[in-house]
Amino acid sequence: MTNTVTHKHVHDDQDHKTHGLKRWFYATNHKDIGTMYLVFACVLFFLGGAMALVIRAELFQPGLQFVDPGFYNSMTTMHALLMIFGAVMPAWTGLANWMVPMQVGAPDMALPRLNNFSFWLLPFAFTLLLLTLFVPGGAPAGGWTLYPPLSLQAGDSFPLTIFSIHLMGISSILAAINVIVTILNMRAPGLGLLNMPLFCWTWLITAYLLIAVMPVLAGAVTMLLTDHFFGTAFFTASGGGDPVMFQHLFWFFGHPEVYILILPAFGVISEIIPTFSRKPLFGYQSMVYATASIAFLSFIVWAHHMFTVGMPLAGQLFFMLSTMLIAVPTGVKVFNWCATMWKGSISFETPMLFAVAFLFLFTMGGLSGLMLAIVPADFQYHDSYFVVAHFHYVLVPGAVFAIMAGVYYWLPKWTGRMYNEKVGKLHFWLSAIGVNVLFFPQHFLGLAGMPRRIPDYSTQFADWNSVSSVGAFIFGFSQLLFVYVIWSAVRSGEKAAVRPWESARGLEWELPTPAPYHSWETPPSQGVIAKGSMR
Amino acid sequence: MKRYLSHALTTTFAILGSLAPLAAHAEWGNLNMPVGVTELSKEIHSLHMTIFWWCVAIGVFVFGWMIWSLVAFRKSQGAKPDTTMVHSAKAEIIWTVIPVVILVIMAVPAARTLIAIEDTRNTEISIKATGHQWKWQYEYLGENVSFFSQLDRASDEARQLKSGINPTTVPDYLLSVDNPLVVPEGTKVRMLLTANDVIHAWWVPAFGMKKDAIPGNINELWFKVEKGKTGIYRGQCAELCGRDHGFMPVVVKVVTKDEYKAWLAQQKTAANPAAAEPTAEPAVDAVSTIAALPAAPQG
Repeated sequence: MTNTVTHKHVHDDQDHKTHGLKRWFYATNHKDIGTMYLVFACVLFFLGGAMALVIRAELFQPGLQFVDPGFYNSMTTMHALLMIFGAVMPAWTGLANWMVPMQVGAPDMALPRLNNFSFWLLPFAFTLLLLTLFVPGGAPAGGWTLYPPLSLQAGDSFPLTIFSIHLMGISSILAAINVIVTILNMRAPGLGLLNMPLFCWTWLITAYLLIAVMPVLAGAVTMLLTDHFFGTAFFTASGGGDPVMFQHLFWFFGHPEVYILILPAFGVISEIIPTFSRKPLFGYQSMVYATASIAFLSFIVWAHHMFTVGMPLAGQLFFMLSTMLIAVPTGVKVFNWCATMWKGSISFETPMLFAVAFLFLFTMGGLSGLMLAIVPADFQYHDSYFVVAHFHYVLVPGAVFAIMAGVYYWLPKWTGRMYNEKVGKLHFWLSAIGVNVLFFPQHFLGLAGMPRRIPDYSTQFADWNSVSSVGAFIFGFSQLLFVYVIWSAVRSGEKAAVRPWESARGLEWELPTPAPYHSWETPPSQGVIAKGSMR
Repeated sequence: MKRYLSHALTTTFAILGSLAPLAAHAEWGNLNMPVGVTELSKEIHSLHMTIFWWCVAIGVFVFGWMIWSLVAFRKSQGAKPDTTMVHSAKAEIIWTVIPVVILVIMAVPAARTLIAIEDTRNTEISIKATGHQWKWQYEYLGENVSFFSQLDRASDEARQLKSGINPTTVPDYLLSVDNPLVVPEGTKVRMLLTANDVIHAWWVPAFGMKKDAIPGNINELWFKVEKGKTGIYRGQCAELCGRDHGFMPVVVKVVTKDEYKAWLAQQKTAANPAAAEPTAEPAVDAVSTIAALPAAPQG
């Protein structure tokens, strides 16, 4: 994800590029900020991944070999917070920063200084969060869901965690405002909303989700803070509050949040599959409407995360049916992608390999999600490893694979250099095999009755846990190849063509390679728009 | 590159090979949800299998379509793209309507089972389970019998960090307790669940049921173990409840009705030798205890 090459050979004074650290601290250029977001996401991906490997090392065999159960709980909690808020969300914002202005024919993001601020909040947010590892009482250990009363038992980490989440939330909201304003106000004249690439569409919808739900999370964690320090009892039963209320607030944020993580992935996949099938995207408009329906439904399904808290029958039935309904627009998307490949002319470069793996494995996660929607069966699946398998299938070979696909796909345009296709493919195959060895056995463990978030387990779960841990180490270490392949491309990759993928469509491919530091300073002409348009 | 690949594969196989001793007590066959011992758990299991097979059918269709496309339309095999194929209202209506129909077919039995699960009428025994960090307290309502149930000593010693005790030598490692819950077979038992400190969840997979035990709330679930299915059934706390969340098993001993009566009588004498004769007093106490707990709004 590194893209720090400064193109000295093409440098001219019109770039107005400052040099050294100033370039990054004072950055207002969408490409520089995008790069910082992506590098930041990559660093956090490895930190969160290291924590996941601590978890899998402990779970390799029954018995406690390496860590104290309290620290183990900190690892699961921090792993989730780092991966969701530190890796996947910043990676999407980084891709949006790079691609949205180039795809809508705008010279930059609409609000460049706000853009700088929203990025530079993140290092502070995560410094606060990572500091908790060194405070008395240790890092937060109540799960990323922060359910009270357990989360209120945290030590000195508590206020640090809450303020860190506030900073992340502010950063996300500012980034979302920037994306919305850019897409709605800065499109090149003549580029209609329904001519935009799907990545812009999915990000536009994601940005609205962010603005709608981040304040809810901020409110809920602030109530936790006042419960802890100022004697309120929003969630404390003995003071007349209700711990379940927090869960409703949290998941009203939390379910749209999972679509915030996956909708931009739909956008990236909708760009890559047509390119490598050498055919336009099938059902462009229905893809847009399906994304919007998924976003709408995400607001009315939250309680499916809490079927076991004891809801009235009518509530359980409502949330079961609304959740099942999500399968319909999601199905439309999968079918459209299949139809795009149908009668195409398909080749398998690294971005396409990741996109195809996304298609298979995200669908797997979707099917287990459908099973989880069935309330009576969920009484068995809930809080078991089946759930862990489900959401990792949609997040790792789902969101993370799509991010990697996007990076491989656009890297030549960003840097002007090609990655090494052989190493890229090796990275793909090790990741795809590793991720399945890692997460597929967790379905078995969950169905056999292993609860999640436990540091040790009964011996009947030993075999599949050790397989899963082997998969984790294969997957984890093969990500070093990702860094290597990108680093070597940036340093010494072959020069990329103006159109590295001959069938790629979208305004970004109408720019020179590498994309100049300031692109689309004059809006694209009608002819260029017609060529790069999605219709 | 080939050399790297073969090296990676060799390493993988070496690691997998080192696992072979683990397979000695193979539990590789634990792939699916076990069939339970209560009517509801059997219904849930068959529901699970029904949705599973639907998912398999959908998977065969979708993955089949994907694989077919990926194989048949390879550029390397000279496939020419049909760039006119960009939209079809007919296709899109079909793949919207068919999933809706499948979902309705799935939802009907699910709703039926759910209604049965929520029907807590006509229960014969009520037991209140209170979650504590990290043990369960069981109260037989109206019987003046109450006790704590926590991880047994053998497991507790073995589960300490670097204990040096091989968990496979401990019988029912992490799944056995000092005092199991005792219930009779063929009887509709209602569990009332609450907690004293943080949220816990009571789960016995063989009963098909899991529900959260939440401070300030009373949740209920019921189970009726089929006649002839006496034995010991094991589960665990299923909601993260702090440091020792993984060490808070739920163990239920199912006995015949006569054995249950004898056990209950013995518990009463043990608990209160002076008043061996049951009185109406404790029953009132137990009910008033529940009534005194603040009932927070649910749902």
